[in-house]
Amino acid sequence: MNDSKNEVWITGVGVISCFGEGIAPHWETLGAETAPEPVIDAERFAPYAVHPLPEMDWTRQMPRKDMRQMETWQRLGTYAAGLALEDAGMKEDEELVSTMDLVVCAGGGERDISVDESILAEARGRNDREMLLNEKLPYDLRPTLFLAQLSNLMAGNISIVHKVTGSSRTYMGEESSGITALQNAAARIAAGQSTHLLVGGAYNAERVDLLLSCDLGHYLAKDGVKPVAERQKDGGGTVLGSAGAFLVLESAEHAKKRGAKPYARLAGIESGLGSRDNQETRERLDGIMERLGVSPSSTTAVLSGATGCADVTDLEFEALRRRLGMDVAIRSYTTMIGNPIEANFPFGVALGAAALKNKSFYPSFEEAEKPVKVPPTTVVVSTVGHYLGEGMAVLEQIA
Amino acid sequence: MSENYTDHMGRPIVVVTGMGVVTSLGKGKKENWEKLTAGESGIRRISRFPVDGLATTIAGTVDIIEEGEESAPTISYAMANATAGEALEEAGFGTDGFPGPLFFAAPPVELEWQHRFALLDEMPGKEPNYDTLLEAARSSDHSRMHHLVQLGTIAFKIAEKYKTQGLPISLSTACASGATAIQQGMEAIRRGETGAALCVASDGSVTAEGLIRFSLLSALTTNNEDPSKASRPFSKDRDGFVMSEGSAALVLESLEHAINRGAKILGVVQGVGEKADSFHRTRSSPDGKPVITAIKQALEDAGLETGDIDYINAHGTSTPENDRMEYNSLKNVFGEAIHEVPISSNKSMIGHTLTAGGAVEAVFSFLTMSEGLIPPTINYETPDPDIPLDVVPNVARKAEVSTVLSNSFGFGGQNAVLVFARDPA
Repeated sequence: MNDSKNEVWITGVGVISCFGEGIAPHWETLGAETAPEPVIDAERFAPYAVHPLPEMDWTRQMPRKDMRQMETWQRLGTYAAGLALEDAGMKEDEELVSTMDLVVCAGGGERDISVDESILAEARGRNDREMLLNEKLPYDLRPTLFLAQLSNLMAGNISIVHKVTGSSRTYMGEESSGITALQNAAARIAAGQSTHLLVGGAYNAERVDLLLSCDLGHYLAKDGVKPVAERQKDGGGTVLGSAGAFLVLESAEHAKKRGAKPYARLAGIESGLGSRDNQETRERLDGIMERLGVSPSSTTAVLSGATGCADVTDLEFEALRRRLGMDVAIRSYTTMIGNPIEANFPFGVALGAAALKNKSFYPSFEEAEKPVKVPPTTVVVSTVGHYLGEGMAVLEQIA
Repeated sequence: MSENYTDHMGRPIVVVTGMGVVTSLGKGKKENWEKLTAGESGIRRISRFPVDGLATTIAGTVDIIEEGEESAPTISYAMANATAGEALEEAGFGTDGFPGPLFFAAPPVELEWQHRFALLDEMPGKEPNYDTLLEAARSSDHSRMHHLVQLGTIAFKIAEKYKTQGLPISLSTACASGATAIQQGMEAIRRGETGAALCVASDGSVTAEGLIRFSLLSALTTNNEDPSKASRPFSKDRDGFVMSEGSAALVLESLEHAINRGAKILGVVQGVGEKADSFHRTRSSPDGKPVITAIKQALEDAGLETGDIDYINAHGTSTPENDRMEYNSLKNVFGEAIHEVPISSNKSMIGHTLTAGGAVEAVFSFLTMSEGLIPPTINYETPDPDIPLDVVPNVARKAEVSTVLSNSFGFGGQNAVLVFARDPA
């Protein structure tokens, strides 16, 4: 056993959101002196709004034949993974990728909406609906669609396209899957169970089937989009965003040996699960920060993946201020890119890494957000899932 | 009493102190083991939904829901609840809570047709499309349906019920998931993060659409006539796997943790190997290299040589390709000696429990060692001359088994191999 733990460094970042692709352009846009207007499509799925994908040329990160085997969700992840590998200087380095571990946080893939709707249409006039499924599904479903739906097939596609073939694990569980994926990945590197690892996820918000599975619980914001904190006055709700975020994590030793430049140190991740009762949630969030050992400081800032959902968003902000001081700079990046569910937490860590590397921070994304006085050297990333699970990471600047 | 708590690489030794299992053969270890070693099949004609017009009409279903909704998430939860309860009781953990995290191999659940139809019926007269389903969602509260189809829910509920520590990990590595759950628990204990881990795998996804999806990939057997004869691993006339349901749970602990609380040790998780394959979405590399690497890694991790393995619990799905590939890979690692090692496929009797497979087969592997009895490969009537293995044909065999190698492979290039031992070294 390794008694002394390895430092975990972030050495590659790949992101896609409504603002485009690549971490450098994201920093330029979101890290500018004044915040940009978020890109929002409020028409296509009204009364719901989404942060849509930018125009993508998928072939820049995958061969056409592989692209055709995937739907948007898997393409997004495979593309973002390619960007992260490129950024880390590992892309197509066979020796590095063939020994690289892969951890993906994933939901499920796209359904064939037209097949579903044709079945719904016929179901109206029939009492033997189970027979209807037997009549339609074997003929109407595309045989390979299943592979575009299976949760672990985003990882499978990343292995096929980018030849990342150490170990491969897929975590599920909405926002919490991003937390457990990063927490487990960092623990493996710290303990020497992995030397270099690709971790992240992606979410395609522009799907009626996913909007449905979210709004069955009335979690989505409706009729007009305001920034996350401001939205609370109108009853809150989450606005989904299409996005992908992958990170290359390495032990400091591994990174130094190959001369890789780090973005930041991933100093700790803590998580929790329990009832969303106000008092219990407060105690859990306090406990997470206690275990992380974060304290008020002018050089500590927060990136919050706040979903915007009522009550829990306020509880999260209150907990952060209770621990880090009333003046702490909190930036809800979900105001800008939406909530990309599984990719929520990895995206926050990606943005934190970019800020620490550039020795600066993001401007206020809405009026309620306090300015930073000096550039932070510590960034706390916080994600509280829309219905269960929460976690935080501490990122530190590497001098 | 002085104990050696670490393995050949100085890591904490990981032991099993509780197990639970549910398959189409029955509920609990006792019933499963009796039937498994009697060579009984749990495969039957599907009665859960009509099978008219379907290419495959058989499955290893588990009818565990007595009242209320029967869907993949409710069946998977009910089975997981049963096996986690059985394992924790055996390990001697009461209702006060479990001192470690939960690693849960979960089926990828989603909204099912019964839910879509129910939403549609709430909106008579409206267009039959997703906009209408969304309108139904907005019109009244469907929180229960929401929770049901979130991919983390089953693990959240198991974690809540058995009071495991922290945020549970829900994972999927397709048909290797059960093995991955055990691997994750083992790794966490080896890191010194925890003294105990609860590893559960469950899959209850025999729905019409689930069955049709596998059918469309030509993965399922169409030997519908006699369901009990359909799963024929390593036979010449094998033609696909049988889709099945099941769950298993294992309580893992560091040897030190188990001894300190006086727990009975049921076996050792001694090694693990894992290697991803970049060849194809559903097929393994023709040269078998990733599987070969995973097997070698598992042996090395366990500190064992091929000659130390007494029995192999095969992935043995009964598809033409898997069984051939598995044999070729094993032969590459073991050489000619592979023909002398008994190897059997539990799937000949219980079918392929998908997400749960690796964990179900781990429980059966530990029972094989403790009972000194190797479950057979049934339906072995026409041997495949290209796979000249000792498959323990048709009848269980008494044998001293102190080590087992267990294979699990899944779509998406997932390969996980576990090595188990009866006694701490």
